[in-house]
Amino acid sequence: MKLREIVESLGLEVKCCGDRLDREVTGAYASDLLSDVMAKSKAGDVWITLQTHMNIIAVAALNDLAGIILVNGREPEEATLKKAEDEGIVIMVSKEPTFEVAGKLYEMGLRGGHGAG
Amino acid sequence: MHAVYQESFHIEGGDFSRAGAAASRVKQILKEIGLDSSYVKRAVVIAYEAEINVVSYATRGKMTLTVSPAKIDITVEDVGPGIEDIELAMQEGYSTASDWIREMGFGAGMGLPNIKKNSDFLEIESEVGVGTRVHAEVHLAKGGRPS
Repeated sequence: MKLREIVESLGLEVKCCGDRLDREVTGAYASDLLSDVMAKSKAGDVWITLQTHMNIIAVAALNDLAGIILVNGREPEEATLKKAEDEGIVIMVSKEPTFEVAGKLYEMGLRGGHGAG
Repeated sequence: MHAVYQESFHIEGGDFSRAGAAASRVKQILKEIGLDSSYVKRAVVIAYEAEINVVSYATRGKMTLTVSPAKIDITVEDVGPGIEDIELAMQEGYSTASDWIREMGFGAGMGLPNIKKNSDFLEIESEVGVGTRVHAEVHLAKGGRPS
């Protein structure tokens, strides 16, 4: 599915790079530990997190993630938005917490597809 | 004759605004060389974690990427506090990170274990009060494609 469908279905607010919502999403990963995301996320995943600082952009770019969903209505820092624009990383905000966002994406058919280990 | 590509990147300690820049260059170079994405992914994890360690703990560091037909070699040397007990630092979950580093989602004690998991060869040397040298290799199958 495309990012646009997720934005519309979950009522997300797009904070950066709304011109890139045609990006294909192939999975999802939820975590607030950056090393964990480095190790376990896959290219094409949408990443659910509460972290709002600029280092999330490097992690998303290095892993070719489809976009970042910030939870609990958390606003990205200004430096984060600037870097997101430079790197073309889509940032979306949900008013809901991680559990609800992940549950809704799962209902839409997205899977993590990450085995143990 | 074996073609070898080598490039070095400076890493500034404490500067989280630039963290990931060296790893990003590593990714770009390896993709341009045309290596299989599974090799690139492993090397990028190694480079990123090693870079974050320098940013989190050291004064400054230098990452050197060397690519030959046989392997990707990533060596990171820093000037910094060193590691007192390398065996302990290799344990998943062990970390000496400060609170503010942890609040950013770093310092979970996964850095060195992540490097180890993605390396075919790993060597860490450290002297307390002087610095640390991390040397990791990803070995390439003939033709640059994983078997």
